[in-house]
This record gives sequence, C-alpha cells and structure tokens, in this order.
Amino acid sequence: MNEIVIQTNAITKTYESGTNSVHALRGIDLTVHRGEFIAVMGTSGSGKSTLMNVLGCLDTPTSGNYLLDDVHVESLDKNALAAIRNQKIGFVFQGFNLLARTSAVENVELPLLYDRSGKKRDTKAMAVAALGRVGLEERLDHQPSELSGGQQQRVAIARALVTEPALILADEPTGNLDSRTSIEVMALFQELNDQGITIVLVTHEPDVAVYAKRIVDVRDGRIRRDAPVTNRRNAAEDLAAAELLPDDDADLATYAKGVAA
Amino acid sequence: MKLMTLVKLAIQAIRKNKMRATLTMLGIIIGVAAVIVMVAVGYGARSRIKQQISNLGTNMIVITPGASATGGVSQGAQAFATLTVDDAAKIRAEAQYVTAISPVVVSRMQVVASAGNWRTTINGVDTDYQTIRDWTTADGAFFGADDVRSAHSVAVLGRTVATRLFADSEPVGKEVQIGKVPFTVVGVLAPKGQTASGSDSDDVILVPYTTAASRLSGRVRIPQILASASSAQDIPAAQEEIRGLVREAHRLSQNDEDDFTVKNQTELADAAASSTNVMTMLMAAIASISLLVGGIGIMNIMLVSVTERTREIGIRLAIGARGSDVLTQFLVESIVMGIIGGVIGLLAGVIGAKVLGHFTGWETVISPLIMIVSVGFSGAVGVFFGFYPARKAAALNPIQALRYE
Repeated sequence: MNEIVIQTNAITKTYESGTNSVHALRGIDLTVHRGEFIAVMGTSGSGKSTLMNVLGCLDTPTSGNYLLDDVHVESLDKNALAAIRNQKIGFVFQGFNLLARTSAVENVELPLLYDRSGKKRDTKAMAVAALGRVGLEERLDHQPSELSGGQQQRVAIARALVTEPALILADEPTGNLDSRTSIEVMALFQELNDQGITIVLVTHEPDVAVYAKRIVDVRDGRIRRDAPVTNRRNAAEDLAAAELLPDDDADLATYAKGVAA
Repeated sequence: MKLMTLVKLAIQAIRKNKMRATLTMLGIIIGVAAVIVMVAVGYGARSRIKQQISNLGTNMIVITPGASATGGVSQGAQAFATLTVDDAAKIRAEAQYVTAISPVVVSRMQVVASAGNWRTTINGVDTDYQTIRDWTTADGAFFGADDVRSAHSVAVLGRTVATRLFADSEPVGKEVQIGKVPFTVVGVLAPKGQTASGSDSDDVILVPYTTAASRLSGRVRIPQILASASSAQDIPAAQEEIRGLVREAHRLSQNDEDDFTVKNQTELADAAASSTNVMTMLMAAIASISLLVGGIGIMNIMLVSVTERTREIGIRLAIGARGSDVLTQFLVESIVMGIIGGVIGLLAGVIGAKVLGHFTGWETVISPLIMIVSVGFSGAVGVFFGFYPARKAAALNPIQALRYE
C-alpha cells in the first residue's frame, strides 16, 4: 500500500471551443496522502469541477502527470480509465445519481457488476454490508423515490464504498440537502475517514469544508491556498448540539453558519 | 456483466415502460404474425395441390412428348407431338413394372344432347384409364376392351357434363352428339372434384382413344400417355423401363436426347407446387416489410430511450462501465424486445392462421421451420435496429451524461 493516493504534477486542461481556448486548469500540483480528508473549494468557473473530473478519471488532462494509487492515469485509454474508476474511485454526486426504480441494494451492487477482475464474490452480500456501514440496513429494498434525500445520499456513499476504493470523490454531496442532513452526511464522511478512507470533497460552502482536515482553494485554474483546517468541526458533536436546539432547519442553518464563522 | 444480468436488466427496463414497449413491439408482432399467416396459407395451398395430384391416381406415371432439354436449350414439354399409340402399345406389351397404360387423346368439342348442349373436353382413353386414375363409374359401366378395339362410338360422361346435358334424367343408354358424331352414353363417372389447377375434373367425356383418333380428331400422335407402376417402390424402375422402350420405339441412338418426358406423380406435384412457392415467397416478402417497419419502430424508441436515460448511462460510465457494457445493455434490450415481439407475433400468427383457415376453409400449414426463422429474424431485427442507438449510448461522454437534465 502506497501512502500517497493522489499525486498530480503540473496538470493542465484546455478546452478548445472554436478559435478560443479555455484554460480550465493551469498547472495543478496536488498530493493527497492516504487517510486524508480534503475539501477542494472554489467558485463556479474556478476550475474545481474540471479538477474533480480529472481526479475522478472522467476526463484526461491536456498535459501533466497524474499518479493515482501508483497508476499513471494520464496515458490510459477509455476502457482502462473505466476500470480505474471502477476499482479505485468511489463517486458521490450532488444529485445522488442513483438509478431510479432500482432498489438500494441493487444500486449499491452496481459497481461490482462492472468489475472485470473475474473474482467470484457474493456481490449482494457486499452491497448489504456497505449499506450497513452507512446505517441503512433497514432500507435494502427501498427504491430511491421511497427514501429521503439524506438516505439517498447514504445509498450513494454505500455505492462508493462497496468496491473499497482508494479514494472517495464527493462532488457537492450536500448541495441538494438541508443543513441538518448535510451535517449528518458530513458526520458519516468523518466517520469513514476515521476508519482510514481517503476522501476528496468538492464544495463551495465554507461551512461544509470545515469538516475536512485540509482545504485546497482553487481559483482561475490554479491552487491559491492549500492549508490544514485550523478550526475543524466534528459533525457528530454539532449534531448532538443541534439536538438541544428546536428542530428547525432555519435555526440550524444559522447555528451552522455561526460555527463556520 | 453476465448475460443473465443483462437480460434481467433489459426486462426491467421494458417493464418500466410497458405501454411504450407494447406499442413498439406491435410492429414486430404484426410483422411476424403476417409472415406466419402468409406462409401458412401458401404452404397450405401447396400441400393441397400435392395431395390433389397424389389423388390423381395410383402409382401414376405420365409420359409427355417433347424433351425437357434439347442440346442445352430447354424446351417446354409437349413442344413436339412425338408420342404415338404404338409407343403405348409397345410399353403395354413389353414393360414388366407397368400394370396399366392408356394413351390420352385430348380435344375440346361442342356436345349436344336432349336437354342441352355444352362445350367440354373429350379424352380418348383406353380401358386402363379407369385403373390408373382410380376412377369408378356411378351409373352404368366403363367401356370395354372390345369397344376400344373396334372403335365403337361409346362415351362415359363426367358428372358435370351429365348434369349439363341431361339435367335430372338418367343419361345411360341415351345418345349424345360430339361434334358431328353420335355416341351412346354407357356410363357416368363418380364425381372427383377440383383438379390441382382448380378446374373441374368432372367436366369431361371419356371415349375410346381409337374412336377419338379415327372419328373425332383424326390424329394419331397423342399428347399424353398415362401408366401405373406395379407398386410405389417400382415407380423408378417403371420410369426407367418406359424411357428405354420409348427410346427404342423412337429409334433414338445413344447420343440422342429423349424426345419425350417421363414423370411420376411426386415430380408432377413438386412442379405444380413450385408455382405456389413463388407466391408464398412473394407474400412472405410483402409481410416482412411490416417486420422492417417494426424494426424502425424499435430503433426510434431505443433512440428516445437512450436520450431519456442519458443520466443513467452517465452513472454507469462513472462507476466503471465500459462503453461496450453500455452498448451490450442497450443491444440486449432491443433484442429482448424483438424476441418478445416475435414470440407474441408467432402465437398471434398461429392463431390467426387457424382462424383464417376456419372461416375460409383454406388449408393452412404451419411449419416449425418458419416459426424458428421468424422468431430468430425478429431477434435479428432487434440487433440491426438496436445497434445504432446502443452505439450512440456507448459513445456518450460520462461528464456530459451526468450533467444531462
């Protein structure tokens, strides 16, 4: 096991649109060690989405090197990238991106079905175990439409976990959730991180980023700031504290804002 | 992904849109059903024709003048009137495998009797004709060998002719005038019904061939000789024997082609049925156009489905599906749709053919081959028309697909 999960070296990404070239990334050097919990922050247009796509092997850099868990990713073809995404990365998206009219357990099982390593495994049992880790063992056969937003996001996290990836890549995972549920999800991420799972979280909300261990600020395609979180919050504690307050989202949001400040 | 998983997935996807899938499959259903019904009717007609020809007589062999091929140039049978009464006599005298033989001298003439007049076919035949055609008389009797030898003016009427000429009265013993020659009616044939070509077998008068040759047409060359082989197994031997005897009678040298054709009943049946084959093929071809239209329907719906499920495709690609996985998934879906449509169409076609047969009285024959072919073909339609949408799905960019609203 390598201690470095992500190592990028001068990654650039340029989109050609007609005669214009858009420089989305202008040289990103980023190293992520195993067990880290990073929040990548930036406004829209900062290049953080492009960075997330490159880190997630959904897109290839125009130049530069990207070493993901000992694999040189920049030179791989589409099929090899698909395999990398399947084996090494677990995605959590803003819109949950679960398959509709498909039960939780089948959603979680999905990445295992695309595994080409040919290992004989009980994919269903693995999916059930992953759902257990996110506290949804009671909701195995529920379809996404029968679950709350927070529960759907937990299913998505279980789906990301089930392949035991080197990295969980979460793109605005709290973007569609209310404040309380957001904190619940962040508590789950912190819990998983405590178990040693490396997490890269892309967000534009400072009050979400404070639950990470390190914040990477991206602006105009470059890393502007890369520093540990000084006033790191514990989501579980915040939740416990919130229990004392009236169960009202608006109050909780105010509370969370105060915490972030 | 395993095939079973893919098929399960495809069935799930189809069930999510039951109405749409049903309407899409309707094209295939109608196409397959139409092909099945058309082919069933065509095969039915063919088997009916074959049956009618085999009903023509017992172990029958037909000798017609004219070669089937002369020096590489195919000639229509009966291109030359080369057969004579002597050929028939020679076969009768010398062939071992032939039990009955009769020349057939055909002419069409106006016939007049007490109750009316009628234009019909006059067949000049020998007494054996009755044996060969397995044709009994309902009233009176067939003319005898003596009548043939002495060329008596006696006639046996087909049922239709008897009705036309004598209405309800009893024809046996009465007189008919064929052309200008008066004949005595000695018998009326039992009704035999339609011939293979759909004409009326009973619209005929049988007279001794000697009489026909000398008093009616004046011809000695004859258009057809019928013979019966001693048994079904002896038919090929009998054919060969007849061929040898007629070649001898015609004094053909080793290198000469036959100037006549010897065919057995099965060969005749095949020849007659081959015309219905063309018809069947044509009908099936027209019916398969609707199968093609059904295929286009599948393609259309699969394209819509790919667009609708762009996000799903994005998710699958993001979590590690290859393009080929997505391609296979959509391809299997359209194949499953094609095959389900094919099976339903098959059932509809089988039922449709039975119902059609019931109401029209047509014979319909459903061959297992056409069942397999039509279901297989609808699967192939699924592959062909599903490929383009599936490839489109596989080529999607995961990032854009995930963002698709």
